[in-house]
Amino acid sequence: MRNAFALSGVVIKEMYRRKDFYVLFVLTVLITLVMGSINIFGDNQIVRYLKEICLLLIWISALIIAVTTTARQIPAERESRTIFPLLAKPVSRAELVAGKFLGCWLASGACLLVFYLFFGVLSGTREHSWPVLNYFQALWLHWIFLAVVIAAVLLGSVVFAAPSSNATICLVVIIGILFLGGHLNRVATNIPGAPGTILSVIYFTIPHLEWYDVRDLITHDRPLINWVACGLATLYGLGYSTILLILGWAVFRRKTLTL
Amino acid sequence: MKAKVKAGALRSSLAQTRRRIYFTNVNTVLEITDLSVEYPSREKGVGKKLAVNGLNLKIQAGEVFGFLGPNGAGKTTTMNVLLGFVNAKSGSASIFGVDVRQPIARQRIGYLPELTYYYKFLNTEELLRFYGTIFRIPGPELERRIDSVLKLVGLEHARKRLIKTYSKGMQQRAGLAQALINNPDLLILDEPTSGLDPVGRMKVREIIERLKGEGKTVFFSSHELGEVETVCDRVGILNQGQLKVEGRVEDLVKQYQCHLEQIFLKIIGYEAAS
Repeated sequence: MRNAFALSGVVIKEMYRRKDFYVLFVLTVLITLVMGSINIFGDNQIVRYLKEICLLLIWISALIIAVTTTARQIPAERESRTIFPLLAKPVSRAELVAGKFLGCWLASGACLLVFYLFFGVLSGTREHSWPVLNYFQALWLHWIFLAVVIAAVLLGSVVFAAPSSNATICLVVIIGILFLGGHLNRVATNIPGAPGTILSVIYFTIPHLEWYDVRDLITHDRPLINWVACGLATLYGLGYSTILLILGWAVFRRKTLTL
Repeated sequence: MKAKVKAGALRSSLAQTRRRIYFTNVNTVLEITDLSVEYPSREKGVGKKLAVNGLNLKIQAGEVFGFLGPNGAGKTTTMNVLLGFVNAKSGSASIFGVDVRQPIARQRIGYLPELTYYYKFLNTEELLRFYGTIFRIPGPELERRIDSVLKLVGLEHARKRLIKTYSKGMQQRAGLAQALINNPDLLILDEPTSGLDPVGRMKVREIIERLKGEGKTVFFSSHELGEVETVCDRVGILNQGQLKVEGRVEDLVKQYQCHLEQIFLKIIGYEAAS
């Protein structure tokens, strides 16, 4: 586990030393600042609408940061050949996959924390209310969502050779699950025969990422989610992440690496 | 809580014992038995190609072994197997008596690839600290080792500079530093002087000789036969995946009545155009 932590430290270092990461980060902060500062006639609906847009931006930025940085981790190691001196040390390929996952997940978590803190402080000072627990639950579930995303992208990065194709495929699949995942079962019950069965199988196989989108907790001041449900969602997300990581390791462990 | 601590201590003690069993009283540092490695061929219509064919090799502790051969002979492939990058088709390889497929086999080795492949966003000190952590070198000792290897390779002044700003020679020296960070007992060097200027080559040669003096085992491939003749105790010449000749340098020179370079050319079947 120590090796995985050492590797995650390098991933985090790379993330904050890369300029593209800063650009996305600063851009989002700026947009959030501008959007959050506009309070037209004190109309609650408009404020809510703006909050929704800000949160959507946070979701999009966090997703892009997580997908693009994770997608390039293992392919970049292979392309720049830094993987050779690394694997010539007592590091197993499982530790490499775990370290990359941990690094990307922690770095994405740090970004999320900054995004949510910034946004929370901004809207709190505007509205003079501090629903800290709502923010905490939204942030926590968002982070678990990113764990599944990062594990899926890592699996993709050992299957697909090019990081760009991996990132595109993963983004399409993740956005597809977010928009359609919850409706598949309903569609499946209306389609008879094999196609319906296939849809049902897909519904029960895919990770239901849409469960983690709880922006309404913040925008519409909904009551808190039951903590048990929150814990189960955490277990569900971490379980899926583990399965995806094991699959990634299984593919990567027999891969021939040539200089 | 107490049980947890006890289990942790037991695990750590078991790991230490396992390491001791693995690594004590091993005179043969590196052993390759009937090793064959296959690659998918890039030529059309040719399925798989044997890059290494039935290689047998034993290297004893304290030896400097020169692994020679023309380009494409299978030297780097053999090293790739030793480092666990490539799986063998058949045969086996072990380092300090441990199968090379186990990460623990790499605990006491240092590896320098032919070209420098290091994280460009790190400086040398950070790179060494990262690799040192992987070798589980405790904090204060790691700092001492970082200082000593940087001094050894002459990079003390540039320790805080990002590796991407280094010249090729400096990058190669950073590579040597990372290969030495764990004070390895076996060094695997893949053409360590390739692309270096005469001063850089001299420096690398000095380091190899110094390690030899310290009783370390060095396994290295090189095309610089003069250098090999000076530094190596034993050499092996590989051609088309097969070990053609192996022996002490002076014995081979005596047997063939010529220099190593001429022996090499004879073995690989090179005939000069008249």
